[in-house]
Amino acid sequence: MRPLLEIENLRVTFPTTRGDTDVVRGVSFTLGRERLGIVGESGSGKSMTGRSILKLVRAPGRVYADKLAFDGIDLSTRSEKQMRALRGARISMVMQDPKFSLNPVMTIGEQIAEALLTHKSLPRREVNDRVHAMLESVRIAEPERVARLYPHEVSGGMGQRVMIAMMLIPEPDLLIADEPTSALDVSVQAQVLDIIDELVRRKGMGLIFISHDLNLVSSYCDRILVMNTGEVVEECRAGELMNATHPYTRGLIASIPRLDETRDELPVLDRSAWAKA
Amino acid sequence: MTALSLKDLDISYGDTQITHKVSLDIAEGESFALVGESGSGKSTVLKAIAGLAPQWTGEIRVLGKARSHGVDRDFSRVCQMVFQDPYGSLHPRKTVDATLGEALTIHGIGDRNARVEEIMASVGLDRKFRFRFPHQLSGGQRQRVAIARALMLKPKILLLDEPTSALDVSVQAEILNLLKRLRREQNLTFLMVTHNLPVVSFLCDRLAVMRHGRIVEVASVDDLRRGDLKEPYSRELMQISAAHAT
Repeated sequence: MRPLLEIENLRVTFPTTRGDTDVVRGVSFTLGRERLGIVGESGSGKSMTGRSILKLVRAPGRVYADKLAFDGIDLSTRSEKQMRALRGARISMVMQDPKFSLNPVMTIGEQIAEALLTHKSLPRREVNDRVHAMLESVRIAEPERVARLYPHEVSGGMGQRVMIAMMLIPEPDLLIADEPTSALDVSVQAQVLDIIDELVRRKGMGLIFISHDLNLVSSYCDRILVMNTGEVVEECRAGELMNATHPYTRGLIASIPRLDETRDELPVLDRSAWAKA
Repeated sequence: MTALSLKDLDISYGDTQITHKVSLDIAEGESFALVGESGSGKSTVLKAIAGLAPQWTGEIRVLGKARSHGVDRDFSRVCQMVFQDPYGSLHPRKTVDATLGEALTIHGIGDRNARVEEIMASVGLDRKFRFRFPHQLSGGQRQRVAIARALMLKPKILLLDEPTSALDVSVQAEILNLLKRLRREQNLTFLMVTHNLPVVSFLCDRLAVMRHGRIVEVASVDDLRRGDLKEPYSRELMQISAAHAT
């Protein structure tokens, strides 16, 4: 079977006063209908990798790749207009913070309907039914009422569920979730991720889950890429994260406090060791 | 001696009552955590103590002295707060030097130069950052500035509102180590709000679990490490944490 996404030697470059800086340096991976986690710290290039797939890296940033193909479609040669037909419909993206990524002057129902109507025209009754069904599937108890609310009238957790509803209603094949729960509480985090997980499995979609939280990624993904300074330093099955070999990955794991923490001091990453490359 | 004592604290925002009869006693030198989910009122308790939520009834005592509802200079000298978001809590148009020096000016304390240098050294900030603006610093460096600002007046008590939740895990480890060292060196009392139980386990001695504006359980960190919390809600929080531990 053809992989959903093939990326070879992806590079993202930004010009600076001191010459060009590569923020993503030769990342390659393929993705089937599976759940892939990309972990790394701020500045590791993980979000830029996610954005390049949708060609959302804005000028002056530049994206190069030997191969950037989604379901056999070569993305690198696609025009902006052709990309718009893919975005949302085939590949969609859940952003970090619902406070900033929902439209504050549109009701939740209208926004979700818009995501659907952008790609196909449907009778109004059917649109409403699908919006309500979608809100129900992200476990919103009173879809009719919530659809009439504005984003500021709902909590962060509910806002994020609304965003997931909006991203999944056109039934895309690939969902990119960029830190989907970083703005949320631990208790709500699990809920939101469970919803993403359930919908992704049920629809047999591919998922790219971008996060800095190793624990979350390892419990919700099948496979993990660890990124540091624009490169993939380690790739492993989620269950085998504990046996990671790269010093960066090991350092990250060690610096997380545990529930039964008895260490007097947490180990800190020694960046000088491998950042020279 | 009791560093911080809350008695029957009811805090309201307008007509909405946020907390109900919150009572706590925190000993001097102790590190105490308030945990719970969003909307449980844990941050509101800190805000009331810091004077940012003045609409409260009950009693707040700091080192034996009752806190008034208004701005209280003597209080600021003993109790300071560090906020969650280092991107939002520093003035964007003030240099590190101006941010740190401001408290000294307000309280009419001299010897500014030496004090700023001393505090920067103690939070592990290089001297070269002294005349930089917040946007020229990383998240971890900014949180160090925020901690340094809180320590400028040599307080006894630090109120910490999710001090590391906006940071990467590796930077979180650095800040947690820093807080632990500062507490040891300066014999500080911590009251920390967090939803991250492993952080509590690393940094605190005792914790209180809050839900819907009430304290449902107070336990020692040893109980937490053993998984020995009694209330069903506390156990639920613990299970969520444990589920994602590797």
